[in-house]
Amino acid sequence: MAHAAVHDDHHADHDHHAAPQGFLARWVYATNHKDIGTLYLVFALLMFFVGGSMAMVIRAELFQPGMQLVQPEFFNEMTTMHALIMIFGAVMPAFVGLGNWMIPLQVGAPDMALPRMNNLSFWILPFAFTLLLSTLFMPGAGPQGGWTLYPPLSMQGGHSTAFVIFAIHLMGISSIMGAINIIATILNMRAPGLDLLKMPIFVWSWLITAFLLIAVMPVLAGAVTMLLTDKYFGTSFFNAAGGGDPVMFQHIFWFFGHPEVYIMILPAFGIVSEIIPTFARKPLFGYQAMIYAIASIAFLSFIVWAHHMFTVGMPLGGELYFMYATMLIAVPTGVKVFNWVTTMWEGSMTFETPMLFALAFVILFTIGGFSGLMLAIVPADFQYHDTYFVVAHFHYVLVTGAVFAIMAGAYYWLPKWCGNMYSERWGKIHFWSSVISVNVLFFPQHFLGLAGMPRRIPDYNVAFADFNMISSIGGFWFGASQLIFVGVIIHAVYYSKQRATQQVWEGARGLEWTVPSPAPHHTFSTPPVIDDSKLAHGDVTH
Amino acid sequence: MAQTQGAYYVPHGSSWPIVAAIGMFLTVTGAAHWMNGDTGLLAQPLMFLGIGIVVFMFFGWFGSVIRESVAGLYNNQVDVSFRMGMMWFIFSEVMFFAAFFGALFYARMLSVPWLGGEGHGVLTNAFLWKDFTPAWPTNGPGNVGGAFETIPAWGIPLLNTLLLLASGVTITLAHHALRAGHRRALVLWLAATILLGAVFLYYQVHEYAEAYGHLNLTLGSGVYGSTFFMLTGFHGMHVTLGVIMLTVILFRCLKGHFTRDNHFGFEAVAWYWHFVDVVWLGLFVFVYVL
Repeated sequence: MAHAAVHDDHHADHDHHAAPQGFLARWVYATNHKDIGTLYLVFALLMFFVGGSMAMVIRAELFQPGMQLVQPEFFNEMTTMHALIMIFGAVMPAFVGLGNWMIPLQVGAPDMALPRMNNLSFWILPFAFTLLLSTLFMPGAGPQGGWTLYPPLSMQGGHSTAFVIFAIHLMGISSIMGAINIIATILNMRAPGLDLLKMPIFVWSWLITAFLLIAVMPVLAGAVTMLLTDKYFGTSFFNAAGGGDPVMFQHIFWFFGHPEVYIMILPAFGIVSEIIPTFARKPLFGYQAMIYAIASIAFLSFIVWAHHMFTVGMPLGGELYFMYATMLIAVPTGVKVFNWVTTMWEGSMTFETPMLFALAFVILFTIGGFSGLMLAIVPADFQYHDTYFVVAHFHYVLVTGAVFAIMAGAYYWLPKWCGNMYSERWGKIHFWSSVISVNVLFFPQHFLGLAGMPRRIPDYNVAFADFNMISSIGGFWFGASQLIFVGVIIHAVYYSKQRATQQVWEGARGLEWTVPSPAPHHTFSTPPVIDDSKLAHGDVTH
Repeated sequence: MAQTQGAYYVPHGSSWPIVAAIGMFLTVTGAAHWMNGDTGLLAQPLMFLGIGIVVFMFFGWFGSVIRESVAGLYNNQVDVSFRMGMMWFIFSEVMFFAAFFGALFYARMLSVPWLGGEGHGVLTNAFLWKDFTPAWPTNGPGNVGGAFETIPAWGIPLLNTLLLLASGVTITLAHHALRAGHRRALVLWLAATILLGAVFLYYQVHEYAEAYGHLNLTLGSGVYGSTFFMLTGFHGMHVTLGVIMLTVILFRCLKGHFTRDNHFGFEAVAWYWHFVDVVWLGLFVFVYVL
């Protein structure tokens, strides 16, 4: 297949060759999946730093015991906003951006199935986050009840509640439209011959994630709508005097919330499952088992939600059921970790930056998984609940899990996006600086939590001083390390002299490596011919 | 952008999405200011400006899609993408209603009995709400909103059920007429569907007036009033939207936009109408009858 030639000469329409000129036409009216993917990724990076700067405030306050820098109210705003921004503004848009860029390229489609809706999905986000961030400057300040918005606390704030809830509605609309688009793209836009069970795992992970998004984002919308009407229109959903129950919010919220945490990790599984085979130069071990594992995890995510609320007062039968169901998740997750390790077994491995991040993902995500298993044990959770152990746990799965996978994916596909190689030396510096600092940052938090330090409190007992100081040092170091990431990207996009080849990575397989680097503005204007032996995971049909 | 056989169709750029995003942003910003008791330009005026922009956007965006469709730019693949989009959108709507049904079931089956001392609610009942005997309907141990009566299921709600079920039949007849190429029958059955939907809405408004005016059943009537009005209210909004969509489709039928084989717009609205119908059946059973 003469790749470069195939895509250029089919359409008479000049429109199909080059990107539109002018900021409005190119970016604001965009329908091109690559441009919209870039918008998502840049937005996510920006929000990563906004949310990250809030984390710096938190760590600065916790550097020493006693009230150091900020008011407790502001500290609570920081913990709440840090979470909302990192989840809805950084991690999710980054995955959608990667999906936008790579899914059409990986399935041989010219674009997303519904390109204009794709544009709307993105452009809602800057408005939603303007609304969310504006609450910091409002009378009565921003939200302080934590990202989970538990009533009655979340309803006792000032004017911000309505703004936060509407911002969440907008983000939800954006996510649902993005997810619908991804499902339609995967199911309807695949090149002829690319059967479902020949798709790259990243595409599979996004198909399942998109289903989760459509299933649970409306439930979040319902939950926060009830909060809104309870606060402003006199309903009694979460008011015991009226026959409601504040705990009901927690049930509805976590019915969304648990699938949500898998929404933030399944695409990471997909990315890592692309990268490890490339740098181990072996097809992914257990391709179909990987798909079934993702699907099983997604299914289980709907029936384990109450493990977030073991201490809230549930019938014993409920506690036991949610404990065992939660532990069941370790089985498909174990399958995945086993398969990644087995993929590397006897592979001819090299350790470029994407592979380093993927390897760190496998090890550190597994640590996060194990601490999750500890939290799943009801009697143990009574001790761990709402302590720094929980904070350590979910930062291992979300920072060294989701964020590391996003960075791995960014390094892996960056040459395809911009046509230049990044600086391998600085990429490795970024990696080692990040991977060491992130452990300095989060590992001591396990000890703090086990010793009983509560989360979301700006002051603490002097007994916790040493580990907090170590954690804060790791935090500042990790935050600073991410500036290297920005430097590496800017250098690669604008200054790097090292041109990327079409193949980029020696061991890479799949349709995205059959188009030139940088990928032309329009690819696969006519469907590519599928050669099974050149697919991402080899000939997987037998 | 010419369509060639066997190739993909990719639409050109559009300014409608950003108009939609701005409209939504202004709507919710205005609504939030308004809910917080603000007056002035940033409250209601901003909200209505936003709503106006969103309505304008729908005309513009869907108008351009209709023009492209009528011009024959879309191929079968685009049609399938639209179908999937609509199907998954309806699924998301189902999940939205599921949250409120979930709240209803939770309140009836768990929180109200617990407040009455069942299971691990023994101490809650003994210390906080000693005299509360759980029952449904209830406005809770605090008698929030004062005593109220409920709407009997076998009056207007039954009539409304029959109206919506009949409308499900008429829209199917309209679809059959469309596929058979009978324009007059199509327009007739479609108009009948719209009429049935409108009559449903009339009775729903009547019922609300009755509830607020005579029964003291309001949004503030404890958890019964909350679930009753939020479920029927969101359903009513969806029926309203459905009637508007059906009306647009009626005008499009009159303009001859649809052919026997190619009428996705009609089908999408028909699916939506059936969805609204099914939600009502759930409401009728779980809110009114049981």
